[in-house]
Amino acid sequence: MEGFPILSVMLLVPMIGAIACLFVGEKPARQIALVATLIDLALGILLWANYDIGGAQWQFVERAPIFGQFSWALGIDGIALMLIVLSVFLMPICILASHSIDKRVGEYMATFLFMEVLMIGVFAAQDLFLFYIFFEAGLIPMYLIIGIWGGANRIYAAYKFFLYTLLGSVVMLIAMLWMVNEAGTTDIPTLMAYDFPVQAQTWLWLAFFASFAVKMPMWPLHTWLPDAHVQAPTAGSVILAGVLLKMGGYGFIRFSLPMFPEASAQWMWLIFALSMIAVVVTSLIALVQEDMKKLIAYSSVAHMAIVTVGLFAFNVQGFEGAMIVMLSHGLVSGALFLCVGVIYDRLHTREIDRYGGLSINMPKYALFFMLFTMASIGLPGTSGFVGEFLSLAGIYQVSSWVTFVCATGIILGAAYMLYLYWRIAFGVQKNADAAAMPDLSVREWLMLGPIAAAVLWMGVYPESFLAPMRADIAALNARVARAAPEGDARLVMGEAARAVAEAHEGAH
Amino acid sequence: MDFSASLALIVPEIVLSLSGLVLLLAAAWAGDKASSAISVLACVALGACFFLVAPAVCAGAAGPDTVAFYGQFRADAFAGFAKLLIYAASGAALVVAPAFFGRAGAMRAEYPVLVLFAALGMSIMVSAGDLVTLYIGLELNSLSAYVLAAFLRSDSRSAEAGLKYFVLGALASGILLFGMSLTYGFTGTTSFEGVAAALDGGLSTGALFGLVFVLAGLAFKISAVPFHMWTPDVYEGAPTPVTTFFASAPKVAAVALTARVALEAFGGHVDAWRQVVIFAALASIIFGAFGAIGQQNLKRLLAYSSINNVGFILIGLAAATPAGASAMLVYLAIYVAMTVGSFVAVLMLKTEDGEPLEGIPDLAGLSRTRPALAWCLMILMFSLAGIPPLFGFWGKFVVFQAAVEADLMALAVLGIAASVIGAYYYIKIVKVMFFDEPADTVRGNSDWAHWTLLAISTVFMSPLGYLAIGWLGALADGAAAALLLPV
Repeated sequence: MEGFPILSVMLLVPMIGAIACLFVGEKPARQIALVATLIDLALGILLWANYDIGGAQWQFVERAPIFGQFSWALGIDGIALMLIVLSVFLMPICILASHSIDKRVGEYMATFLFMEVLMIGVFAAQDLFLFYIFFEAGLIPMYLIIGIWGGANRIYAAYKFFLYTLLGSVVMLIAMLWMVNEAGTTDIPTLMAYDFPVQAQTWLWLAFFASFAVKMPMWPLHTWLPDAHVQAPTAGSVILAGVLLKMGGYGFIRFSLPMFPEASAQWMWLIFALSMIAVVVTSLIALVQEDMKKLIAYSSVAHMAIVTVGLFAFNVQGFEGAMIVMLSHGLVSGALFLCVGVIYDRLHTREIDRYGGLSINMPKYALFFMLFTMASIGLPGTSGFVGEFLSLAGIYQVSSWVTFVCATGIILGAAYMLYLYWRIAFGVQKNADAAAMPDLSVREWLMLGPIAAAVLWMGVYPESFLAPMRADIAALNARVARAAPEGDARLVMGEAARAVAEAHEGAH
Repeated sequence: MDFSASLALIVPEIVLSLSGLVLLLAAAWAGDKASSAISVLACVALGACFFLVAPAVCAGAAGPDTVAFYGQFRADAFAGFAKLLIYAASGAALVVAPAFFGRAGAMRAEYPVLVLFAALGMSIMVSAGDLVTLYIGLELNSLSAYVLAAFLRSDSRSAEAGLKYFVLGALASGILLFGMSLTYGFTGTTSFEGVAAALDGGLSTGALFGLVFVLAGLAFKISAVPFHMWTPDVYEGAPTPVTTFFASAPKVAAVALTARVALEAFGGHVDAWRQVVIFAALASIIFGAFGAIGQQNLKRLLAYSSINNVGFILIGLAAATPAGASAMLVYLAIYVAMTVGSFVAVLMLKTEDGEPLEGIPDLAGLSRTRPALAWCLMILMFSLAGIPPLFGFWGKFVVFQAAVEADLMALAVLGIAASVIGAYYYIKIVKVMFFDEPADTVRGNSDWAHWTLLAISTVFMSPLGYLAIGWLGALADGAAAALLLPV
């Protein structure tokens, strides 16, 4: 692997595919898109396989100062690796899920492939401005995807998505310019170790927060998300929920926390307050939705709130939990949108009431849907459990009350997800057309099967996913330790307990 | 410095004026049937000047060797950079004209000659080292421009545009002259260096008035708010190739001129004019953005867009540093390419029998009827909105970088937040082209010249443009360093 610019190649393959798709007809465009995403998936697996756990913090580093003031600098740590693998894993599935798209297929595939370039770029960028360019550029393909191939109210949703996220991130650019002016470098790893004056951190943190909170999205800046999700085509929703939302969390973990540790501690209350409100409020909103996609969109906001509290718990469990929730949510919410897409393709409605009793005529579908519902709730054995448990364990060290409120989100999550599942899959087959729908096709199997396997894998043996990130999370923890808040529990360890702990230590 | 050395420095201007005069005679002699040959020759003259100026820019010419006629004329890299843009934009205005005027039978031989004289005027403007030189250049450009605006004699909109431009332009010239006379009265000199030296001790109220009136007059020329009202009417009424010209070359000249006056003549009193520039910058960004939202005519919309862009350029001026001046030049280079590209795309919107289309509804569904044109226009629109990875982003990036380095954080934050308002109408164009059902009114074909210009600007605005950052930045830095900034 030495010297092979694998990250650049991973960016180049979909880029070439995107350009090619613009010039060919419908069928070849689908094939080109599938092949390009599969090549990227293979490269992603290669990346994971060659990632040296316990090796250098930044691997596969490439650096070419070709842009004058900033450089083409790529490189990944374990956190970025996992998110890149998630992106390339979801992309071929999105292409398969786009079977029902029948207008302007070439342009559709081109925008999706372009989106993939930008997603990988965001996670791999090691230069501040290169990151910003990839981060911001995602608006263009997503605007087109929602606006051209979206539902009835797509234009409003596209505008809202574009302007909302643009407004969020422009102020971040000014903050970045200030940082580069202050620190004299655009190199992200160097900036992560640079100590900005505490006074300035406050403002810088807020500027970054404006961007990431919109992207994440955090309550009350989340209102673009349900609109965008509902109007986007299935694959667009999968990408949006699966990867784009993770850019917000990635931003917090890559920029806000290590670059502004003091400010992060200072604004912790804000994050906690917004997250607690988000968990409860959006879960309750999800409970009354009549539209399947909207329900899952609101559930995404609630899950992302668990990510933010985990991140701002300032301890290893919190960081690990937040990362696993992000990965798990990427898979599970993506899969849930695919499940919605499967029945939407058959009946062309997202209204929950139009379905019912699907477990009778679509048993295989109902099984998959059940698995992903359970994963979304956080049933042990699925990926959701691992992430939420770790996050809450992390936050419990800081604040019992926040943990208490966020844990209610899990109960509410169970309520709205099971209620959804019950209305769709169980009960009587009250609609004749819904009762006549055929079960999963081979293509749909190929979409849902791999995600199901990954969800179970992450649920049963999360070590595979945690191992590459462990050193990076430890480094992050060490970086923010100086600002870490004191917990409210003030536990005093008893004598007996210490003996057990020592015995436990000895066993290692 | 002797006379021959001075003459050597103004060779591009000599070439322009001689070729302008010769071609004028040729036009009078041969009549309109020679118009295409005269256009070609005018292009050749502009191209020759381009290559005459280029070495000075690449070498970053500065210092006393670039001063001609005892400080009245300055052939430094700063002027050279602006001249390159002016000549290129003027050339583009010549290239796109025949197809447009030819249909109405209105392609007359005076058009290329007037463009040449306007280019000469702009050349003198950007090289001015003295208020008198400045005024001569400005008026030579303006007089040519008034005639160009009214060039389509049979069209009442064009005549109206010419008249409006003339009346308001004359008013602006008056304001400028008044400011210049005040400045002269209170400093006793008209040369920029002399003014800077005379004001070294402090800025008297009279000189301050002079400064404000000079800036107001120049704000008219760059169409910065609150002196922008003529822009939409003139841009809409003037024939589209002329609008292409107005939106690009004179803007470069006026901005470069404003930068030189503010930074050289009044560079010792930055605090006196900075608040004026900051106000004009923010007001232009905001008014330009809000004004554009309701527009249904593409040319009007692009007029507001140019007001909006001037606001961003003025942010670079407000920084009042060499980095700010360099940022302005980079922005101008990108702006010229974007604007020329956008207007060329507008020129390519024609019905089957060549009737030009200007309405935004005519763009509906263009991505399905004319995909290549629609994709190019989309790239230009996102670029104007400043969305990365398109190159328009870089222009905004450098001006905001200059503002942040000059510690103008509030200006930077407000300016960039206001840029989101502007993004709305650019993405509206994309929405009309890509999301709406085809109107299918655009059916006319365009010649290769239009396609070439559109392709060049689109490629420059695409992410490939980023590869030019190092080169463009070095040229602009060299040019900005040529300015004589009083310490």
